[in-house]
This record gives sequence, structure tokens and C-alpha cells, in this order.
Amino acid sequence: MALLRITSPHAHGPNSTASVMQKVLLATLPGIVVLTHFFGPGTIVNILWGGVVAIACEALALALRGRPLGFYLKDYSALVTSTLLCIALPPYAPWWLIAIGVASSILLAKQLYGGLGYNPFNPAMVGYVVLLISFPVQMTAWASPRGLGDVPGILDAVRACFMPGSFDAITMATPLDVLKQNKSLLVEDLWTQNPQFGRWAGIGWEWANLAFLTGGAWLLYQRIFTWHAPIAMLVSLTLLSAIFYDGGSSASGGSPLFHLLSGATMFGAFFIVTDPVSSAVSNRGRLVYGALIGALIYIIRVRGNYPDAVAFAVLIMNFAAPFIDHYTQPRTYGHAPKEKP
Amino acid sequence: MRRIFDFHGGIHPPENKRQSLTGNIQHAGIPGILVIPLSQHVGAPSEPLVAAGDRVLGGQCIAAPKGLVSVPQHAPTSGRVVAIEERAIAHPSGFLAPCVVIEPDGDDEWVELQEAQDYRSEATTLLLDRIRNAGIAGMGGAGFPCAVKLAPEKAIETLIINGTECEPYITADDILMRERAAEIVSGALILQHILSPAETLIGVEDNKPDSIAALTAAAEGSGLEIVTFPTKYPSGGEKQLIEILTGKQVPSGGLPADVGIVCQNVGTAVAVHDAIVSGRPLVSRVTTVTGEAAARPGNFEVLLGTPMDYLLELAGYDASSNRRLIMGGPMMGFTVPDASVPVVKTTNCLLVPTEAELPTPPPAQACIRCGMCAEACPASLLPQQLFWFAQGKELEKLESHNLFDCIECGACSFVCPSNIPLVQYYRASKADIRQQRSDQAKSDHSRERFEARQARLEREEQEKAQKRAARKKAAEQRAAAAAENGQEEDPIQAAIERAKAKKAAQASAAGTESPQDKLEKAVISTRKRLEKAQTKLAEAEAAGADHIEALKTGVEKTRSKLATAEKALADFLAESAPATEPESADPAQAAIDRARKAREAEAAQSPQERARIQLEKLQQRLQKSEQRLNAALAGGEEDKIVEALSASVDRLKEKVADAESATMATEEG
Amino acid sequence: MLTLLLDQPLLAALAALVSLGLAFGALLGFAAVRFRTEGNPIIDQINEVLPQTQCGQCGYPGCRPYAEAIANNDEAINKCPPGGEAGIHALADLLDMEAIPLDEEHGEENVVAIAYIREAECIGCTKCIQACPVDAILGAAKQMHTVIASECTGCDLCVEPCPVDCIDMIPQEESLQTWHWQLPDPVSREIEIIASDTDRDRAA
Repeated sequence: MALLRITSPHAHGPNSTASVMQKVLLATLPGIVVLTHFFGPGTIVNILWGGVVAIACEALALALRGRPLGFYLKDYSALVTSTLLCIALPPYAPWWLIAIGVASSILLAKQLYGGLGYNPFNPAMVGYVVLLISFPVQMTAWASPRGLGDVPGILDAVRACFMPGSFDAITMATPLDVLKQNKSLLVEDLWTQNPQFGRWAGIGWEWANLAFLTGGAWLLYQRIFTWHAPIAMLVSLTLLSAIFYDGGSSASGGSPLFHLLSGATMFGAFFIVTDPVSSAVSNRGRLVYGALIGALIYIIRVRGNYPDAVAFAVLIMNFAAPFIDHYTQPRTYGHAPKEKP
Repeated sequence: MRRIFDFHGGIHPPENKRQSLTGNIQHAGIPGILVIPLSQHVGAPSEPLVAAGDRVLGGQCIAAPKGLVSVPQHAPTSGRVVAIEERAIAHPSGFLAPCVVIEPDGDDEWVELQEAQDYRSEATTLLLDRIRNAGIAGMGGAGFPCAVKLAPEKAIETLIINGTECEPYITADDILMRERAAEIVSGALILQHILSPAETLIGVEDNKPDSIAALTAAAEGSGLEIVTFPTKYPSGGEKQLIEILTGKQVPSGGLPADVGIVCQNVGTAVAVHDAIVSGRPLVSRVTTVTGEAAARPGNFEVLLGTPMDYLLELAGYDASSNRRLIMGGPMMGFTVPDASVPVVKTTNCLLVPTEAELPTPPPAQACIRCGMCAEACPASLLPQQLFWFAQGKELEKLESHNLFDCIECGACSFVCPSNIPLVQYYRASKADIRQQRSDQAKSDHSRERFEARQARLEREEQEKAQKRAARKKAAEQRAAAAAENGQEEDPIQAAIERAKAKKAAQASAAGTESPQDKLEKAVISTRKRLEKAQTKLAEAEAAGADHIEALKTGVEKTRSKLATAEKALADFLAESAPATEPESADPAQAAIDRARKAREAEAAQSPQERARIQLEKLQQRLQKSEQRLNAALAGGEEDKIVEALSASVDRLKEKVADAESATMATEEG
Repeated sequence: MLTLLLDQPLLAALAALVSLGLAFGALLGFAAVRFRTEGNPIIDQINEVLPQTQCGQCGYPGCRPYAEAIANNDEAINKCPPGGEAGIHALADLLDMEAIPLDEEHGEENVVAIAYIREAECIGCTKCIQACPVDAILGAAKQMHTVIASECTGCDLCVEPCPVDCIDMIPQEESLQTWHWQLPDPVSREIEIIASDTDRDRAA
């Protein structure tokens, strides 16, 4: 046997793309469990159906590009994108909504740019924004949480998804929605009048956010990503909501705790903002990136037209990521500090 | 406790060192053949001092250093030089390089060694010479000539002895520190004596407790400080070790000497000790042989030039289970094309992994921009960006992201989840940038030469034009002057008059010298020269010197010249006797008269005469050409020349034939 | 006056545009005079990028005339084979144009070759010396001619004039000193290779 000529290094660590993606999927489990408990199995149906569509779309795109399917599909990246998107979609959404969303995130936002690693925008968020803009009604019809209504069973969930209109899920506005629509009531009164607010940030939402926080903390411990982006986002969101919190008047933007535990904040911080492909490259850059996302989330939530702002904030900062990269290169060994980039 | 620092990044690969630490250093013995490459170091290859067939002794210098940054090579044992030829060497390309091949005779007879126990009394330059003449180059893997490193221009504050050995699998330095701690300390003290630093440190990672103990015991009371620090790859890299021990960073593009530090490997320290104290040149080193394809891994003291397959056999190598023969460790070692290449000064390890142990890398997947590589990079680079730029061949961006600060440690590739061979991208890009720089320098240089040539051609044109203009102007002036004097301008007459005027001026200056006098003078001087040549020839013949033939030829030539001169004088006297021509004293006029006479004579010739003379001339030329052709054929000249000559002979033959027919025609007509 | 303009919007618009035009025209005229450059510096910059082999393969008698043609006559930038792809990209970056592939009519991007005179056949006619654009041939009439290898740019111009055809163009081969690792195959291609051929070295 002839000896091979291979460049160094010859040893390799235990990391692999597939294992990274699998860990991310694992970390979403606590959040999914909590969401299912409070809102029913709609999310699980979404995720399963979305997974099927994702694999199909990715396989189609790879076949069209002439690439070997097995090699590319086994990195689990399509499943991660679809799972993240489906967590963000309302449970009991019709199957076509999910299909369009997943297809646009896989085909439009990922494969058209060249596949994994080449997309400048977060694919899940692109799919979410496409749906939000095209089907605003379906996207804002969130289910009512346990305790304020009956939570459907699994069969009902499947029927709601694949036979839309056959099952009437009781929908209710999300707390963020309510706060946004509020014009006259003091926050205190708003709280007592709208039961979905729960204790701090919304029944179901508080626990879901805490569950996603747990998942994210585990991913940090596993060193799947660094702390810079998510912590910067949370800190800046907290800071801004604290600075502008006027004690609960009718024009209030909401307390820091409210913003942290409501909506997709924790989910966005640990699963969307940390998407490595579309974020900034260096740790310093990620600090800036995360901080600006947090600021944008607050601004859009309070002043913008949409109740939840994570998707838009992330997409806007995806535009800015190369610019941030250019100005936040780390100081290389042996170079004097304060060198121009 | 000395304060230690940390460097950015780093990884913790599995150490795999215990496999080769089961025993002591074994001696590999003398193999059947020794192949010593002339270049085992950074710098100019050394030049061989021996020739094929010579007998050499152990320790004998067989190749001299060339220039300042170079080291000599020595014969590791006694034997016969079989050849000095191109052989396969330990290089991933598989190219050959010149080597001295020695067949050992097994006697291991050595040259006499100059010991020097008390080196402190010797001058530093003398010690450096001895280190250089011992052929010592850095033994940690880089191979930089030691003597050059020990003569920095700046003052040195810290001397660091590098016992880190951070790379997995390699244990050569570890076992050296355990078994030869005294020599290491002695070598360190010699280096300290040469450099006079303020402090000397020996850096060891904390995964080598036995070595630390041995070194601490040996360094008792010597003033050397043993510093331990946490294990992390690549702490053993010079730049990283300096950062750990001193907190300073070597400036980019600079040397450790720029921050007052010199770093040497423990193996080099032992070699320095051997060279100075025992007078032994560098002819062997400790090499680890490890990996699961080797049944008996361990450390071997091996002679330089030993073929690797000899060493691998000692370690129980099983070629069928091994796909890669790696010289060095798993992180920075390179693959060797075949096992017959020799061990050199920088061979710290031979790693022969099985497929299961170090699997061949699977195909690379897409970069997911996770940034784990940047977390691991000890130089705080952005390997991810460097990868994207390398893929896109954006060489300026690579340079602006400090590609040349990459030490190619492989930590980034190690952690990459997509198995991308990052270091290969960087190596290829560095080569591309270097190539581009040299191309640019070459093209700038060519442009300068081209522009200089254009300028030169222009200058020559201008000068010609100027001369022409000046001549034209002068002619116009004369025409104007002549017109004023009312004379017709006859250019030939004007030329004749100008020549006359010049000659008159010369004659008046030199005195009246008739042509006769000149010819007589020529005869006299030639006679004198002939006499001188004859005496010289007589002397040479008496002394039996080499150049008798040349002198004889010279004498012949001078004799014939004398004959010609005498004939010329006789002719002139004969000619000038009638003296019918009025202006015979003017040689220019005489030449013109002669030419006129010849023309008249020619005109007076009958056509037959003319044809006959023409034929004679052509026949003479044909003779000469044929002679030249025969000489060429006899001398075995190249075909082209022979062809050219025979072509000209043929042409002349034709012309002769034509002339003959012309002659016949005139005779008939 | 102002009230007149305000009453007549058309007139006001016309007046505004005319005055703006005059103002900017004046500014541009001033800039054209004040910031005028001698010659066209772009020609020098283009010339710096070109490889200076003076071979004439582009159709121009040298690199500078080609640079002038690019700058003044909008000549295509893909006519220089010795510059190759890298040269075309550099010109495209400099001139903010699109990088087009090399025009094969003018020659291929070859391995660099160095001229070598077979001295046994040289007749000392100096025709090659006159042809060499960088004076890389050493010699004189009836004296031996030889190529100074370090100065030769491989332009080929000396081969034609030689009457005894004694000049060879020797391609420069890779050696131990010039060898280096190549860029790995792009990610997509590697998979196809791996599947079919496990013995070949993949990192070459």
C-alpha cells in the first residue's frame, strides 16, 4: 500500500457538524415540552410536519444542484432550521402555512445562496417573516393557554393542522399583542383585565422562556457557542426597557422582566441570535451584534408595528454583520494594540 | 513561585504519551547504510568535503557550511563514502535532494575529540565557532543553526530552555529530561555563559512530573529556574512559550531576540554540552517511535542518516496496518513519501498510526461559521475569515487579516466540526502570496530594464541625429563660403584638398619624412625584433621551457614580416627611381594615382584578359574554401558548419564554371 | 422679484434649475482647472500591474502601449497571457470593470519558460540581442551570446530572429525549493473523489 500524502494536522477533535446540530435540537426539548404543556401538542405536530417538508425541500434542492444527498442531508441542518421555525409558528397553524414557511426558509434563504454556511440571513427568520407579511391573520392567532381554555389533544391537533377549519382552536392574543394594542389602561389594570398575563409575562410564556433559557445555558456549557451574542442581547434589552420604563403608565413599554420572559426573547437569544452562519465572526463583533439586536427588539416592540420583533431585529442585523466584522477584528499576537483593521 | 501567563486559545488533544514511555532510551545501533542529506537545517545547504570512495571516521566533517546561516554535517560512524547523489529525503513532496551516502564498516572508529571541561575561560566567539563546527541546529523541529541564534545583536535578558513538548505522542524531550537532566543543565549553563542573560528558565508542562523532579534535582544550586505551567497545546511553540513565561509577545515579523529572549530546545542544550565539553559533533539524536502500527513503541538514540525503515523495524512496525508515516507529531508532523528516507537532525518522532487510531480525514463539509477555530487559535487570528478569503483567493484580505502570523499549529483544524483542512488552505495561500510578491518584484525589475533600454536606444538615435545635423550644417556653411568666393563646389575636389591640407599640417609638424625613410625605418625595427625573438628562442631551448613551439612560430612570423618590409623598400626604390609622377611625395595622392593607374590598366585589358584574371581569382577562392571544408570534415565539426561550408564550396564551383564558360566565350568571340 | 417668481411656479422652477446648473458647472470647472493632473496616472498604474515581459502577445509593441490602449481606447483587459487570470483580476479591480476570461486568441497562460542559447551553434550575429526587450542576452558581434537567466522574462521574442535556430525555451519545472501544498479541492468535488478512489493522495 502506498503511503498517503496528507497535510497536518492528522488528529481531529470530537466535534462534528452533525453533533453540533443534534445538541441544538436537544436543547430545544425543554422549551417544546413546556409549550406543549401550556398550549397543547400543536407545536409538536408543527415540528414533525415541518421536518418532513424540510428534508423534502433540501433533497430537491441538492438533487437539482447535482450533489450527493446522503452526505449533505446527514448534517441535520435542515431539521434544525425547520424545528426553530416551527417553534416560532403558532400551534394548530394550517399545514400549508408551515409548508410555505419551511420551504421558503430552506429553498429561498439557504439553498439559493449555496447551501449550508453560505446564507447571509438566518433561514428560520426569513421563513417567519415571509409568513408574517403574507399571512398576518394566521400568524397572530395564538392558542389560548391551559387554564384559560381547553387544551386540545393530539388527534385534534393533527386535524387542526391538516384539515384547517375542521377544528376551532380557541385563540387569544398574546401578552405582547395586548400590550401593544393598549392605549388607555394602566399596566396594572391591563394585568387584572387580561388574564393571559399571568404573574409576570404571560401564562405559558414565562415558563417557556425559562425552559429555553435552560436549554441555552446547557448549550453554553457544551461550548456550542460563546456567551457574547446572547448575553449582549439580553443585557441591552434589559437596559433599554429599564431606562424607558416609566413605572406602568398607559404608554409604558413594559418592564424589563416582562420583556425578558415574554414572547420569543429567550428563544431568540439562545437559538436565533446564536446562529453562527449569519452572525458576526469575532467575539467582539458578536457583542456589538447582540447588543444592537436587543436594542432593535425593544424599539420595534414598543414603537414598531409588530408585537414581536425578534425576527426583524435579527434580519436587520444580519445585513450589518459583515460591516461589524470589518471593524471588530481581534488583535493578533505580535501586533500592537489599536491597529487599524 | 514565578508568575505565569496564558495565551489565547489552545486545545487539549488526548496525550497518548504513555505508550512510548515504557522503557529507557534504547540504542538503535548502526544500520547497513547511512544517508546524510546536505540540508538538514534552515539556511544554505552544506557543501560536501569528501568524494565517493573516501574512508571517513566517526565525527569527521563531511560537508562544510556555506555562508553564515548554515551548519556542517558529520559522519555518524566510520565507513566508506559510497556516493554523493540525489536521494529521497524526509519531505512531503517526495523530491530528491543531494545526500552523502556512507556504508558503515561496523568498527565505529572515531576522530580524536577535543574535550574542554573548563569552557568558562574561553572566549564567546570561540565557543560559538565550536558549536557551529559541531553542526548543531535546533532539534525541536525547526532546525535553525544554533550558533547564529546565539549571536543576536540585541542584549538578551531571558534564556528559555524549551522542555514543553506539548504535541501528543512525542516523548523524546520527556525521556531526555528524565535520563540526561545533568547534560541539559550543563548545556543550559554553557548557553547562559554565551548569552549572559539576567535569568535562565526551563519551561516544562505539568504533565511530566518525573521530568520536573529530575530537572529540579539536577539544577540544584545552578541558578536555573524550572517553571511548570498547565498542559495545553501549543504551549511548546516558541512564541506561545515566551508569552506563558514572560507575558511578552514577539512582534509580528520579528524574532524573540527583539524582546530580549532566546529560546532553545532541551535536545539542543544536550548537543551543545556534548559539543563543548566532550568535543562531540552532532551525529545522533533521540527519536520517539510510536503509534499502534508499531508493536514496541519507545525512544531510540539513533544515528543521523539512519533509514526510517531500519528504525521502524526495531520498533516492530507493521506496514499493512499503516497508511501514513508521519515525521513529527499528529498536529504539525508531515507525511513522508516512503520509509527509506533518512532520519535527520529535526526528526523528533516517527508516528505510525493505524486507521482506527488516527482515521484518514473524511471529506470536508461546508463551514458553518461556528467560530470554534477562532476560540482555539493561539495567535488570536480569525481562521474562519482566512478560510473564506483563501477559498476566494483574495490575497490582500488575507494579508490584512495577518495570515503570516499563523504558526500552522493545526488547532483550528482540530476543532473544526466540518473537518475542513484549514492549515492546507493557509499554507497554499502563503505560497501564493509569496509567489505573487516575487512575480511583482520581477516584473518591476523587468520594467526598469526595459525602460533603461528604451532610453539607451533613444539616446543613440539622438546622438546620430545630432551628428548628421552637425555635418549637414558644416557642409552648408562651406557651400555658403564657396558661393561667396564664386567657386563651383566640387565635393570630391574639396575632399582631396582637405586631405592634402591635413597631410601638409602633419608633415610640417613631424618634419620632412619621406616614404623612403619610413620604409627604411620599418626594415630596421623589424630586424631588431627578429634578433630579440631569436635570442629568446635560444634561451628557451637552453632552459628546456614549455613555450618553445610558440617562440619558434613567433620567430617565423617576424622573419616573414622582415622579408615583406625589405621587399616593400626594394619595390619602393624601384618604383620611385623613374619618378615620373609630380606629387609622389604625398602618399594619399600616390594611392589615388595608383588606383587610377590600375583602373586604366584594367580598362586597357582585353576582355579575354579580364575574364582570365577573374577566373584565376575565383579558382583561388575555391581552393581556399575547399581547404577549409576539408579541415572542418577532418576536425569533426558540427553538421551545420560542414553544411554551410560545403554550400559555399558548391556556390564557388558554379561561379568558376560560369567564369570558365565566359572566358571561353571571350576567346571565341 | 421674489413675489413674481412665487406667482409663476414654472418660471421659478426654471430659474432654480438654471441657477443650480450654473453653480455646479462653475464648481466643476474650477475643479477641472485646480485639480488637473499631468498625463494620465491610470496608465502608470495599469503598467505596474502588467507583467513587463514586453512580449507583444497582446498585439501591442510592449506593455506600456497596451496600458495606454486600455486607458485611452477602452481596449479589453483580457489580452495578456503572461499576466494570466491573476493579472486580469488585478486590472478588473483597478479599473472597476468585470473580470473576463483570458482571450485565447492571444495565447495561453503557460508555465514560465526561460530562453537558453545552445552555444555550440551560435554564430554571433547579435540579432537576438537586438530583439530582447529587457537586454537579457549578453554578447557582441562575433562573440558568444548567452542568456542571463535571472533577467529573462520568457517573452519568446528572441527565438524568431535567430538564423541558426539555436534558442530553446525551457519551461521552469517544480523543484524542492518551489514545491508547496496546493489549495484543497473545493468541498463539493471532494466527495466524488472520495467515493471512487481511496488510494490516491487527496491532499496533493
